[in-house]
Amino acid sequence: MASTPAADPLISLRGVTKVYGTGATAFQALKGIDLDIVASDFVAVMGASGSGKSTTMNILGCLDVPTEGEYLFRGHHIELLDRDQRALLRRKYLGFVFQGFNLLSRTSALENVELPLLYRGEPRAERRDQAMAALDQVGLKDWWDHTPAELSGGQQQRVAIARAIVTQPDVLLADEPTGNLDSERSREIMELLTRLNEESGITVLMVTHEPDMAAFAHTIVNFKDGLVESIDASHRPGQRPEMH
Amino acid sequence: MLGTTLVLALRSIRRHLLRSFLTILGIVIGVAAVVTMVTLGNATTAAVQKQIASLGTNMLMVRPGQGFGRGGGGPRPADFKPEDVEAVAQQVAGVTAVAPQAQTSVTAIYNGRNWSTTINGTTDAYFEVQPWPLEEGRIFTQAEEDAGKAVCIIGSTVKTNLFASEDPIGKRFRAGDVSCDVIGLLTTKGSQGFGGDQDDVIIMPIKTVQRRFTGSTDIRMMLVGTDAAYDSEQVQASLTSLLRERRKVQPGQDNDFNIFDTKQISDTLTGTTTLLTSIVTAVAGISLVVGGIGIMNIMLVSVTERTREIGIRLAIGAVAREVLMQFLVEAVALSCLGGLIGLVIAQIAVAALAPVMRVDWVFYPGINFIAFAISAAIGVVFGYFPARRAAALNPIDALRHE
Repeated sequence: MASTPAADPLISLRGVTKVYGTGATAFQALKGIDLDIVASDFVAVMGASGSGKSTTMNILGCLDVPTEGEYLFRGHHIELLDRDQRALLRRKYLGFVFQGFNLLSRTSALENVELPLLYRGEPRAERRDQAMAALDQVGLKDWWDHTPAELSGGQQQRVAIARAIVTQPDVLLADEPTGNLDSERSREIMELLTRLNEESGITVLMVTHEPDMAAFAHTIVNFKDGLVESIDASHRPGQRPEMH
Repeated sequence: MLGTTLVLALRSIRRHLLRSFLTILGIVIGVAAVVTMVTLGNATTAAVQKQIASLGTNMLMVRPGQGFGRGGGGPRPADFKPEDVEAVAQQVAGVTAVAPQAQTSVTAIYNGRNWSTTINGTTDAYFEVQPWPLEEGRIFTQAEEDAGKAVCIIGSTVKTNLFASEDPIGKRFRAGDVSCDVIGLLTTKGSQGFGGDQDDVIIMPIKTVQRRFTGSTDIRMMLVGTDAAYDSEQVQASLTSLLRERRKVQPGQDNDFNIFDTKQISDTLTGTTTLLTSIVTAVAGISLVVGGIGIMNIMLVSVTERTREIGIRLAIGAVAREVLMQFLVEAVALSCLGGLIGLVIAQIAVAALAPVMRVDWVFYPGINFIAFAISAAIGVVFGYFPARRAAALNPIDALRHE
């Protein structure tokens, strides 16, 4: 896997469809998606409600499976995996950041960040060290013993990001990460994501409906009515010269 | 894996202290009730057996009349005669000793102190049939018995009320109109149980009692010691036929005397206390099951309430089995904790109730272990359903749950 050429996409969707329900009430959320995402890209997924962007993110995040089509992650067919295999994949390669932060309440920032490491079975001391390092990366080292209730929204989202990156995943999936924050806090979060993307080479997939936030990304994918409407890779550093 | 799950479960319990406490309350009460009931029940049984043992094992109590006490109408059956005692001692195989008893009430006076008590006239055989060691002093000599001398051995209650802290040995006091020398002091048997205070007694040679107090040679009761090597039924049968013959009971007529085997009484009483203990324990056991249902109830609510948390865990990469294990371990940890608290409360309750019930405080490891094991099992049984429900949640729906 490590020998995968850089040119190969990290993630490929081929003819992915998703149908919810059956018979007369069936609803086709995705009507055939083709999408390639290369490693270390920063992708913003945009589109109106019901355009299929969330469904796509759920499939990319291995939380859901396509009805038809192929999902290749590092060349492996994800659509063939069962529930627990997908869970193990998430544990190993993916990190999640949500709009509503989704931290465990009444639990310190440190314990929240430790959680993925617990499921990985890391020993106590290492758990602590890695969690503290992740908190340090998001600038909250001194807040490790605060519970979510004692943190501001921006801080909570940064704890959530620390939790997502503590396992050093390949991909960080962020679902409207700035949706609950004011513009100042939003900018800080976007700068943090940009920094993580640039410094650690982590691939960032972010759903947003705010063009200001999407502007931080290198690639912008627009969804409309269950299809990819356009892919704008003009901000991708390596591609910029060719696009101009 | 289990270590991780345990960490998660304990963290979750710590986060929801009040709810956790309410969850286990049923188990706490159930375990405490069961252990307290069984412990007190066992202690009562033990106390009853100890009392019976203090009456003497391998002993038959023979009395005139047909029932326990002298129930029924008609003329009172005659008391035994000294010759009956002789005959039983010599003619019945398996009899080691026979102690006749003649009782009367008397007021004892010493140094201005009065004490109403019972005089029990008997022979040295009494101490053979029913082991009752002396605190100090000696028992009667054959000469004293034969001569009907006014010597006596007193129980600890009489000693306390008559002599207070004085050493009674060698002292002379008045029993009714008779001056009487104290030659021995009995050890304390304890005042519990049926038959009242066993230590409230003055023991004298039977001849003395018959001559100086009752004025007759009637004997109210014989205590017959039996050899443990002989079958008690057999001894009772030959004793019965001898007494029927001596008392001229016609064939076909009922015995006009009765024989009680202390072992029989012991078995009956033990059976009764054991039955009562079982009934009370069963009732307490029901509360344990109710406690288990309480755990399931709260765990189900908890799964609903923590749907989003489960979603987070699943998104982070927990497999279904880990979520199931977390909730299961949480339920088991809770119920074990409840069990432990219940055990502690039970010990406190037993320690508080034992003196009131006049039984000894005893720790029975068996019932404590069983109660704890049951509480753990309840956690597994009643925790499984909610845990399975948590594990089956879809991560996307769980994350959206408000």
